[in-house]
Amino acid sequence: MPWAGSPYDLKEIFAMAIEVRIPTILRNLTDGAKAVEGKGGTLDELISDLDVRHPGLRGRLVDDKGLRRFVNVYLNDEDVRFLSALETPVSDGDSVTILPAVAGG
Amino acid sequence: MLTIERELVDRIVAHARADHPDEACGVIAGPIGSDRPVRYIAMANAERSPTFYRFDSLEQLKVWRGMDDRDEEPVVIYHSHTATEAYPSRTDVSYAAEPNAHYVLVSTREEGEAEFRSYRIVDGAVTEEEVKIVESYG
Repeated sequence: MPWAGSPYDLKEIFAMAIEVRIPTILRNLTDGAKAVEGKGGTLDELISDLDVRHPGLRGRLVDDKGLRRFVNVYLNDEDVRFLSALETPVSDGDSVTILPAVAGG
Repeated sequence: MLTIERELVDRIVAHARADHPDEACGVIAGPIGSDRPVRYIAMANAERSPTFYRFDSLEQLKVWRGMDDRDEEPVVIYHSHTATEAYPSRTDVSYAAEPNAHYVLVSTREEGEAEFRSYRIVDGAVTEEEVKIVESYG
């Protein structure tokens, strides 16, 4: 195959972004954007990737015990807590939604 | 100040009474920036508890998407206290994450009358506000 020795990583070149919808309370970290894009193989990697362009975002979503209980994160239509939480695989074209959990006593 | 139609107040109180002694919770959506609660949505309390409430996460996603589609936001977020006064608990404050929302609390501890109060909760600071009940927004 003529491109067998290609110096380019085709997977990287054609990687589509994952859309991440940002709730009002976190839009101060995204210059007001309602949605941003990132990449990664797992939710954990995706959040780290977002944090490079939107510093502070990771800290609002994750602490040393994992996903913060104050936030809900959805992959497409599923709550990632019912999947594999931060280890949930994500791929090109997926949509991630972040919402503040509504709860109290 | 929260200005709200009487019918919406009645629906919130009726929901709180119906779920007593468990806490009841829900949202009233309204056009973004209008500060006017219009569309009443009772939510399930996923905790089914007399001392705690949490929106079911999947129901919440559906409802929040519905608001997005209609250019609405949660203007009122309400829940009931069933044995204590209608004042935000420490947990309520720690979870409050909608700076534009009026946080409404209803207490059903007295059988005869329901206490109905509203608060702003921003960055951990609770401010009670006046509630103006109107027959119609006109």
